[in-house]
Amino acid sequence: MEHRGLGWPRLPRLLEVLAALAVQAVRASAIAAASPDLSLWPMPLSVQTTPRVLHLSPDNFFFGHSSTSKAGPSCSLLQEAFRRYYDYIFGFYKWHHGSADLRVGVELQQLQVSVVLEPECDTFPKISSDESYTLLVKGPVASLTANRVWGVLRGLETFSQLIYQDFYGTFTVNESNIVDSPRFPHRGILIDTSRHFLSIKSIFKTLDAMAFNKFNVLHWHIVDDPSFPYQSITFPGLSEKGSYSSSHVYTPNDVRMVIEYARLRGIRIVPEFDSPGHTQSWGEGQKDLLTPCYNGKDPSGAFGPINPIWNTTYSFLSKFFKEISTVFPDEFIHLGGDEVDFDCWASNPEIQDFMRNKGFGRNFKKLESFYMQMVLDMISAINKSSIVWQEVFDDASKLMPGTVIQVWKVEDYTREQSKVTEAGFPVILSAPWYLDWISYGQDWKKYYAVDPLSFEGSQEQKKLVIGGEACLWGEYVDATNLTPRLWPRASAVGERLWSHKDVRGLEDAYRRLTIHRCRMLRRGIAAEPVFTGYCDHEDRM
Amino acid sequence: MAPVHPNLRAALHHLPVHLPIPVPRQFGRAGKRHMSEKNSLVILVVTPGCDQFPSLESVENYTLTVNDEQCFLLSETVWGALRGLETFSQLVWRSPEGTFYINKTEIEDFPRFPHRGLLLDTSRHYLPLASILDTLDVMAYNKFNVFHWHLVDDSSFPYESFTFPNLTKKGSYNPATHIYTAQDVKKVIEYARLRGIRVLAEFDTPGHTLSWGPGVPGLLTPCYSGSHPSGTFGPVNPALNNTYEFMSTFFLEISSVFPDFYLHLGGDEVDFTCWKSNPDIQAFMKKKGFGEDFKKLESFYIQTLLDIVSAYGKGYVVWQEVFDNKVKVQPDTVIQIWREEMPVRYTKEMELVTSAGFRALLSAPWYLNHITYGPDWKNIYMVEPLAFEGSPEQKALVIGGEACMWGEYVDSTNLVPRLWPRAGAVAERLWSNKMLTNLDFAYKRLAHFRCELLRRGVQAQPLSVGYCDVEFEQT
Repeated sequence: MEHRGLGWPRLPRLLEVLAALAVQAVRASAIAAASPDLSLWPMPLSVQTTPRVLHLSPDNFFFGHSSTSKAGPSCSLLQEAFRRYYDYIFGFYKWHHGSADLRVGVELQQLQVSVVLEPECDTFPKISSDESYTLLVKGPVASLTANRVWGVLRGLETFSQLIYQDFYGTFTVNESNIVDSPRFPHRGILIDTSRHFLSIKSIFKTLDAMAFNKFNVLHWHIVDDPSFPYQSITFPGLSEKGSYSSSHVYTPNDVRMVIEYARLRGIRIVPEFDSPGHTQSWGEGQKDLLTPCYNGKDPSGAFGPINPIWNTTYSFLSKFFKEISTVFPDEFIHLGGDEVDFDCWASNPEIQDFMRNKGFGRNFKKLESFYMQMVLDMISAINKSSIVWQEVFDDASKLMPGTVIQVWKVEDYTREQSKVTEAGFPVILSAPWYLDWISYGQDWKKYYAVDPLSFEGSQEQKKLVIGGEACLWGEYVDATNLTPRLWPRASAVGERLWSHKDVRGLEDAYRRLTIHRCRMLRRGIAAEPVFTGYCDHEDRM
Repeated sequence: MAPVHPNLRAALHHLPVHLPIPVPRQFGRAGKRHMSEKNSLVILVVTPGCDQFPSLESVENYTLTVNDEQCFLLSETVWGALRGLETFSQLVWRSPEGTFYINKTEIEDFPRFPHRGLLLDTSRHYLPLASILDTLDVMAYNKFNVFHWHLVDDSSFPYESFTFPNLTKKGSYNPATHIYTAQDVKKVIEYARLRGIRVLAEFDTPGHTLSWGPGVPGLLTPCYSGSHPSGTFGPVNPALNNTYEFMSTFFLEISSVFPDFYLHLGGDEVDFTCWKSNPDIQAFMKKKGFGEDFKKLESFYIQTLLDIVSAYGKGYVVWQEVFDNKVKVQPDTVIQIWREEMPVRYTKEMELVTSAGFRALLSAPWYLNHITYGPDWKNIYMVEPLAFEGSPEQKALVIGGEACMWGEYVDSTNLVPRLWPRAGAVAERLWSNKMLTNLDFAYKRLAHFRCELLRRGVQAQPLSVGYCDVEFEQT
């Protein structure tokens, strides 16, 4: 089956390999769970550990490139990662180091990194990027092998999670053999920077935390009704008039910094410019874009969704999306298409005429479809692929194959998954993972319990689920509460999307998640508590 | 201005009162603007009491007059002056050019309820001292005047006791790092005092005491499985003399450490199953003629405890179970109502408690740890504490209420955004006129106040879609 934009030539083979590993994994996990300090999150595909320990010393350990690796010191993505992970492992315990003679036991002196294929060091991660790796921890030189740099990043995170301090403070790691790769290739977090502006710093923090949880997509819902913070080069008026204030904007440099910060962590930035609804703020800076609503024969003064019948609309959008396609390197652009309110369109006499001429009758879904099709065509004309919210599929007359559908409506979402995949479209699941819907208690458990493939459908259909996204809509969220609201609740989604489907035990998950949460705290992420208890180093805020 | 007392000096620091404050005023026909500069706020306090502790009876009234002739804060006590200073600071605004202004103002203010509290739970999660002190700052911005410190509970015992140091050594999460030393406690009490905030310490017994067990062997009841101890423990053992000797000594310490007249003695959620299983207790029940009624045993324990604490010259606040289970308490006991629906709806409970002649504190609809999606501050705000069946005398027995932030899911990573600005809705309900119920008016002011909190460095979360001129940035 042709998945437009999803070049997966190796997919069937990969699935075979995964299936074989799965058998190993379940057995191996049992061994892993027995080791007291083992708190990997998300749980790798296959983990084998022994009770034999190795010691690491901050002044005698380094990350190195193997002589046969296709990547070397010129790969700045890896060099940056080495520095980061050294700090995560040793950074918080800077003490004066004593005599080398006091070293006992077997030492681990080096983690040797080997990239097997063309590293892709200076490229952007893609939906088809290979994130697999194997990690062999033995003294004195451990080895991390991966096909691409993306696997190295995932492996470094796992490696850093294996290391713990024993009662005497000694940096310790158990001899281990890990083989790992993700269950789903699209594992995302949605942030909303229109309802509330989020500073670049808070976006960087989020990307850091995402890397700790092996998330690989930041779905940036950048503009919406309330504000337009994206500073467009082609249409500067959009943010000039549409942002909350001139300090509540993302300059081109801000956007570049976010994209690069993400890239260094193997995270894709998928921007969403939602239309035709959710566009009030666009109308501030772009006159004659939104539909004027009517009260009988006269304009009411209010505006509705983007006007789908004017040529100027499409020439504007064409120029706008051309810019977007150059600013954002990812193959995918999210076009939104959700919650279009038809009342304003219905009230507008010009649109009424258009509907009549087109033979749409009173069916405004047809008009919505007409609009979406125009925009989708625009996107494919500039060699990008599209993701849309489920309404675009639900309301569509005809939809281009390869369009990715994001399922978000909670009611009967498994049935929606069936319908969408039956029609042959790839799916991103979000419906059960709206993290902005907070409630009292340990709600991470219900996010963890979700099975993204529990819908009625054939194996072929199930393969169309490319992953999911935890969404943190911004109505009640900004930099004051973003981090504790996202973490560690999103971690539950992270494991569900990375780990094998049989990794579901709540007790073990609770144990590992509480340790993982303390680890995130140590690394500067103000993740909120899972339950009553404590971390050795409380939040240092 | 008279020499500024430490109480008042501390309150002044975030406030540019020493800068010239032009008061814009328009002359009639000529339309010529006449700016009157204010370079001092004169404060007159009638009754001395600077070095005292605030109490339930403290008078917090003040008047604030700002016009051409004067800029004057008048109050009965220093506590009123603190409240007035906070109000004054909220009146100062800046024009787009940056000039500080204050409008001609006449304010007469005093609180509706004298007990306006906030509960923090430092047992389920340890809260660093800085978090507690920061919370006291924001309480002062909101005119809260009681810090209900739920220091210990089942999970951990962070309070450093000098009569029983093992309580902390064995009961805290980490006796080196997760404790409140005597110095820490002193700091909290003084920091609070400087802001006109009373510290109401709670040592909850006989339930909620698992963390006391490791440090005081024999204190807790050993549960039984048939005829053998199961290895687990239950509430404090009410059948042993040692228990009351311990409580006597322990509460002597507590009474001396915490200067407020009131102590909170807990008394909530006592699980009877462990007591029931224990043969010694069964024997004790028989000896006392309590039959099968464990409420009588609970009563016995609490009455003895209350007598101990009374003898130390303290008053006490207890959770509603003490009243519900018909424990014989002194008439000046304060009952804190926390249960929303059981055994009766909380409004009914208010009626029962006050008709029995006891003073009441309302907390049931104000459990801020119970988070939900959306603007729940509105529900918090719309609570009317006196909306129950009762005579005016009964209503007068409601001395106020407390917003509670229990700690099962809360620590310093999420305490501040979860507390503010939601607790502000409780603060206004307890201070302001009961007629103030318009949600649009409240929203406008609370949203503005939230931005002001951000400006003062408080990580208060948003009320709804929008923005502040200066957003929060992690330092």
